[in-house]
Amino acid sequence: MKSRTIKRHFRESLKTLGRNSWMSFASVSAVTVTLLLVGVFVMIMMNLNKIATDLENDVEIKVLIELEADQKAEETLQKQIKDLSGVDSFTYSSKEEELNHLVKDFGEDLSLFKQSNPLRNVIYVKASDPQKTAEVAEKIEKFDNTHEVLYGKGKIEKLFNFLNISRNVGIGLIVALLFTAMFLISNTIRITIVARKHEIEIMKLVGATNWFVRIPFILEGMWLGLLGSIIPITVVTIAYVKLHSVLQPKLQGEMFQLLDVTPFIIEVDLLILLMGVFIGVWGSFMSVRKFLKV
Amino acid sequence: MIEMKNVYKKYPNGIVAANGLSIKFNQGEFAYIVGPSGAGKSTFIKMMYREERATSGDIVVNGMNLTTLKNKEVPYLRRQIGVVFQDFKLLPTLTVYENVAFALEVIEEQPDKIRKRVMEVLDLVGLKHKARMLPNELSGGEQQRISIARSIVNVPKVVIADEPTGNLDPETSWDIMNLFEEINARGTTIIMATHNKEIVNTIRRRVIAIEGGLIVRDEHGGNYGYEI
Repeated sequence: MKSRTIKRHFRESLKTLGRNSWMSFASVSAVTVTLLLVGVFVMIMMNLNKIATDLENDVEIKVLIELEADQKAEETLQKQIKDLSGVDSFTYSSKEEELNHLVKDFGEDLSLFKQSNPLRNVIYVKASDPQKTAEVAEKIEKFDNTHEVLYGKGKIEKLFNFLNISRNVGIGLIVALLFTAMFLISNTIRITIVARKHEIEIMKLVGATNWFVRIPFILEGMWLGLLGSIIPITVVTIAYVKLHSVLQPKLQGEMFQLLDVTPFIIEVDLLILLMGVFIGVWGSFMSVRKFLKV
Repeated sequence: MIEMKNVYKKYPNGIVAANGLSIKFNQGEFAYIVGPSGAGKSTFIKMMYREERATSGDIVVNGMNLTTLKNKEVPYLRRQIGVVFQDFKLLPTLTVYENVAFALEVIEEQPDKIRKRVMEVLDLVGLKHKARMLPNELSGGEQQRISIARSIVNVPKVVIADEPTGNLDPETSWDIMNLFEEINARGTTIIMATHNKEIVNTIRRRVIAIEGGLIVRDEHGGNYGYEI
C-alpha cells in the first residue's frame, strides 16, 4: 500500500469521525464507561493480589528441634531440609538467638531465663510455593529430631482458599467486563457502519479491495478507542495517586503494602489504552466484515 | 471479450435465473438486454462483474475466468468494468468531483492524474461547471451523468448498465442515451439492460431477449419486441 493511500485512510477515518459526531460520541462514551470500570477493577484486583502475595510470603514453617539432638544431628536435619523439594530457603536460629528476640520484643524481665533457657533450637523454612507450605511441613515432620513443626495449620489453608477464590472471581469479572465492552462497542460501530453500507457497496463495485474498505473503519475504531481511554486514564491515575498518599502511610510497618505508584499506574494506564484500541479495532473489524460481501 | 458458456444460476431460494446461457460480446459492441421482469436480466448483468456467481458454466471477461476467479481478485476484474445503475449509487456526502474521483482513489491512482482525468470525464458528461455541488442539488439526469462519468473514469473496456434510464423522464433518457452512444463511439463496449421500448426501437443495436433464464432472441439491429 502506498503512503499516499495510508494518508488518505487516516484523513478519511478522521473525517467520518467528525461527520458522524453523535455516533462517535456514543461509541466513545461506551468505551469510556467500560474502560473506567475495567481500570478501577484492575487497580483494586492488582492491589488485592499484592496484599495476598505479601500475606502468603509471610507464611513460614517453624521447626522445633528435639533437645537431645546434638550438633551433628542438627546438621543432618538441616541437610535433609535443604535437599527437600519445594523448599525455598531456611534459616537456623539457636535457642539463645530465639531468647534474645523474645527479650527484645517483651522486655528485659525475660533475660532471667538466660540462666536456664527453656527454648529449643529452631529452623525457619520458607516453601518456594507458599500454597504448598502444609505439604512441605508434613514432610519435615517425618524427619528425625523434629520436636514439633508449626505453620499455622488450618488458618493458612483458609487464608489461601479465600485468596484463591477472590483472585478467580476478580479475573472472571474483568473478562466478563471486557466481553461486555466489546459487544457494546461493536454494536455501536455496527450502527454507524449500517448507515454507510451504501458507501461500502459502491467502493466494492468500483474495484476497491477489502482492505481498502476496511482500513478507514478500523482506524476509526482505533480513534474511538483512544478517545475513550482518555478519561479512564486520567481518573484512574489521579485516584490512585491520591489513594496511595492517604493509605500507604497508615500501612507502614504492616505485613502488607500497596503497590508503588510507579510503575504500577503507568502499567494500568497502558493497559487501558491498549484495551481501548483493541476493543475499537476489533469492534470495527467484526462489524465491517458482514458488509464486504458485495 | 465477454463470453458465456452454458451458464446456470440457481439462487438459494430455488429460483433459476440463468438456465444455460451462452453468448459472446465483441469489443466495441452496443447491446440491449431486454425481457419481462424476473426474466433474469439483472442476474445476467450481475454475473458479468461477479456481484453474483454462476452456479455452473464459464464466464470469461477480458481473459479472466469468473468461475474460477478468487474473491481476492474480484476488485481487479471490476476495475476493468464500468457499472451504471438505475438508482445511480452516488455518495450523498461527496461532491460531484469527489464521487467521480472516488473510483480512481480506490485503485490508488496518482493525485495529479486523478484531477486531470476527472475533469476530462466531467467535461464529457457536461458537468464540469457543477463539480463542487452535491448530488442531491442536481436533477436525476445529472446524477445519472455523474454515475456514468464514474463508470468510465478509469477507461474500462466495457460499461455495463442496469436500467440506466429507469428512473428518468423520456427527455432526460435521450440525453443519457446520447452519452452512451458517444462513449460507445470511442470504442467502449456497452451492455445495457432496459425496459425502454422507444429507445431500443429508435437506436437500433444488437438486442438480446431473455425469458426464464434463457436467451430467446439475439438479433443485430432488432426491435424491442414486447408490448408494454
